[in-house]
Amino acid sequence: MRTRQLAFTVAHRLAILAYIVFALFPLFWLLKVSVTPNDLLYSEGVRMWPSRATLEHYTFVIAHSAFPTFFKNSLIVAGSTAVTVTILASLAGYALSRFRFRAKYWIVALMLITQMFPLVMLVAPIFKMLSPLGLTNSLTGLVIVYTAFNVPFATFLMQSFFDGIPKDLEEAAMIDGATQFIAFRQIILPLTLPGIAATLGFVFTAAWSELLFALMLISGNDAATFPVGLLTFVSKFSVDFGQMMAAGILALIPACLFFLLIQRYLVQGLTAGAVKG
Amino acid sequence: MASIDIEGIRKSFGAFPVLHGVDLAIRDGEFVVLVGPSGCGKSTLLRMIAGLEEVTAGDIRIDGKRVNDLAPKDRDIAMVFQSYALYPHMSVADNMSYSLRLRRSTKEKIASAVSGAAAKLGLDPLLERRPRALSGGQRQRVAMGRAIVRQPKAFLFDEPLSNLDARLREQMRAEIKKLHGDLRATSIYVTHDQIEAMTLADRIVAMHGGVVQQVGTPLDLYDRPANLFVAGFIGSPGMNFFEGRYLVSGDHADLKLENDVTLPARRVGGIESGEPATLGIRPEHVVITEGGALEGRVDLIEPTGFGIIMHVTVHDVPLKVFTLNRAMLNPGATVRLDLPRDKLHLFDGEGRRLG
Amino acid sequence: MTHAAHHPATKPFRKRFADAAEPYLYSAPALILIVAVMLVPLVLGISYAFRDIQLLNPFSGRFIGLDHFRALGQDQAFFRALRNTLWWTGASVFLQFVFGLILALLLDKPFAGRGLAQALCFLPWAVPSFLAGLNWAWLFNPVIGPLPHWMYAFGILDAPNNILSDPQLAMWGPIIANVWWGIPFFAITLLAALQAIPRDLYEAASIDGAGPVQRFISITLPFLAPTIAITILLRTVWISNFADLIVVMTNGGPADRTQIVASYIFTQAFKRLDFGYASAIALVLLVLLLVYSLLIVLLRQTLLNKD
Ligand SMILES: Nc1ncnc2c1ncn2[C@@H]1O[C@H](COP(=O)(O)OP(=O)(O)OP(=O)(O)O)[C@@H](O)[C@H]1O
Ligand SMILES: [Mg+2]
Repeated sequence: MRTRQLAFTVAHRLAILAYIVFALFPLFWLLKVSVTPNDLLYSEGVRMWPSRATLEHYTFVIAHSAFPTFFKNSLIVAGSTAVTVTILASLAGYALSRFRFRAKYWIVALMLITQMFPLVMLVAPIFKMLSPLGLTNSLTGLVIVYTAFNVPFATFLMQSFFDGIPKDLEEAAMIDGATQFIAFRQIILPLTLPGIAATLGFVFTAAWSELLFALMLISGNDAATFPVGLLTFVSKFSVDFGQMMAAGILALIPACLFFLLIQRYLVQGLTAGAVKG
Repeated sequence: MASIDIEGIRKSFGAFPVLHGVDLAIRDGEFVVLVGPSGCGKSTLLRMIAGLEEVTAGDIRIDGKRVNDLAPKDRDIAMVFQSYALYPHMSVADNMSYSLRLRRSTKEKIASAVSGAAAKLGLDPLLERRPRALSGGQRQRVAMGRAIVRQPKAFLFDEPLSNLDARLREQMRAEIKKLHGDLRATSIYVTHDQIEAMTLADRIVAMHGGVVQQVGTPLDLYDRPANLFVAGFIGSPGMNFFEGRYLVSGDHADLKLENDVTLPARRVGGIESGEPATLGIRPEHVVITEGGALEGRVDLIEPTGFGIIMHVTVHDVPLKVFTLNRAMLNPGATVRLDLPRDKLHLFDGEGRRLG
Repeated sequence: MTHAAHHPATKPFRKRFADAAEPYLYSAPALILIVAVMLVPLVLGISYAFRDIQLLNPFSGRFIGLDHFRALGQDQAFFRALRNTLWWTGASVFLQFVFGLILALLLDKPFAGRGLAQALCFLPWAVPSFLAGLNWAWLFNPVIGPLPHWMYAFGILDAPNNILSDPQLAMWGPIIANVWWGIPFFAITLLAALQAIPRDLYEAASIDGAGPVQRFISITLPFLAPTIAITILLRTVWISNFADLIVVMTNGGPADRTQIVASYIFTQAFKRLDFGYASAIALVLLVLLLVYSLLIVLLRQTLLNKD
């Protein structure tokens, strides 16, 4: 019995380890390429670590390319999108969680259906709609589009967090003298902070990585986000993989940091929703 | 402080009716307890008074003013929830002062109200703690404190003590009674607990199936239950019932059971000889005596420490007897019993009280 | 019962209106945005499917009725893409689900360092999809990536070649990248569902003598079933729409072997600049996905009703 349990524990840890290796190896490769000097890129292409590591790609990307601009743009777009989506999704998620009203099922259905749109189909119409408003080639336009795309899932996520908070609390607040909205703001929202963190992180990561609309709605470097910027490394005659991967690693940092911080809450939030059934 | 008048209140959830026309007039300063089996609509009634549920039909008046359309915050009432519903992210002091802060009371007023309530409830050393760091009994006190700081027109309690252990419940019960003695605030209190109902109430409202069965002082309900439901619900162990036909012979009356046994009954009006009736007697009123008219076979003895509950069978009908006589711990196979006439309750075929 | 015929509670109109409007006020901002930025463009996009819209052709824009759909009926490339979509979606969803479930089960057991392990396992999801695609394309390239050599060493490949340029195997490239990228989504949702299962159920089952496998079948699976159903539904829809990896890694090639409907739409729109035709294909895909979802929902309903 003891040995079986031990064997089981060892197998369990090994399996976890194997998965971690599988998850991290591609990222490691990214890192490896980014520190490989150009002359060794192909000759030592399959070595696990180059015989001579360098940070030259990083210094180039930071000092001599438009990457800092891309980075700043992405930060602005992803940050604003995350904040806006979280506000809108909190409100809508609260309505779905706490009220019974006639249009509720239609709203849920609409939000589910939006998840099925082939987004490519929306590119041309959205471009046509935004361009007379001066919202193409602008970060604001991107924020609006990303917000709309991310609100449905974020709403469901926030709803599951609200469902986990007993109704008694806002009833007590309302008897204490609050309107429903004040109870929402002063009692319920502070208790949903983990959910808010999860939603912020989730949306930030999604907006940070979006390529299609960033490519279609933006032309020129001034308003380009980093995924578009990364492609500029490709579209030149010679693809500079070292620089591109260095830029990729740099760009991964904020998304990964954000994601590492919030993944715990993501599980928590979905658990709260699952409890409800 | 205020009176609360409830007139013809009905409530349905969708097509499902829960309350079927409740009328109740609660006087200023009165302590009213709602009792009834689970699902009879007590919480629903309380929540309608608080403004947390829509009123389907009827009127609720607080101090003569119709409040049906007022939001909870405009009704000036306080409520203690079964779950306490303390705000987890606020300290005890902030929990208690929240209502005053919402009303933009001055700092001095808030401080004095909170410290006054804390002193009354012995919460002074806990004021800076979060609810998470409190015991069940302490949380209960904070919930009470939150209700009393702003001196509302009325207090509503929904089974406030049911999450406490028996000892603590006893203690809080006494405290609530003392508090009510001090504040004399109109209070409506929902409970399952007989003792809470009997000890706290000025008047008890017994409900069943969304209908008020009887309203009266605790002793009214105990001594003169208006119908079979109240008779069976109030008192513990519950009242014994015998079903049969009411037979009058001269100025005597008897109850003839199905198996042709007759039990002595009282002569009352409102019922003809030969009609079905139910006879009731509380276990504590059954007398065990050598010369008793009935013979009971002893089935089971339940000592409670304070007294003894005996389960006996009389003429094939089960009967519970409550006695303080320790000798009955070993009663032998049979006992002789008497059912004193002045302690008998009679109910007609519809279950209504007779006499 | 004197009040049996009591008048129903009539509320002033303003209060009634305010009460009814409250939930709509909360959801309005989100709804307005969704309608303006998704629904309206969708309707416009649907209208394009019936028009001749070519980006570089100033004379295009006519209403042409069902022409696009007639052309689509003859389009062998489209039907091949449809078959590829089935294969791509089926394999990706299945593998993501199986490995996601295993990962969730592994992470559901408490152990020292679980928080860190969980964070690392979920990390691939934070990687932008096209960067993931580039990176995997790199890994599959025998000149600069180790994978072909390893696969050759293990005897999976006859020679250390790039599977992305082998018509028979090319689809596996994007599928593997997609599985790597998508496992965390399944793992997160399933882990959440696992953690919501009351622990005493397992204890009760152990006391009743159920082994680990029996416990999994009689407790875990039934509890997970609703989550599994909805997650698979959402992911299937999402993955069949998901062209990033394929566009980046193979661009549909070699010989259209990895062309799925979503990437075909992309090609039509942005390489041929024929938005009309692209919209027509997209509309067909949307309808197929709607039908699929509806079927699943109906199936679920009938299964639930049978119990
Ligand atoms: N929101 C609701 N929707 C539908 N039915 C409800 C709702 N709330 C309560 N009910 C039903 O109304 C009836 C009365 O419920 P209520 O909570 O008032 O009972 P109660 O007397 O307080 O019971 P308990 O003693 O168990 O607390 C029950 O049958 C309950 O199922
Ligand atoms: Mg109740």
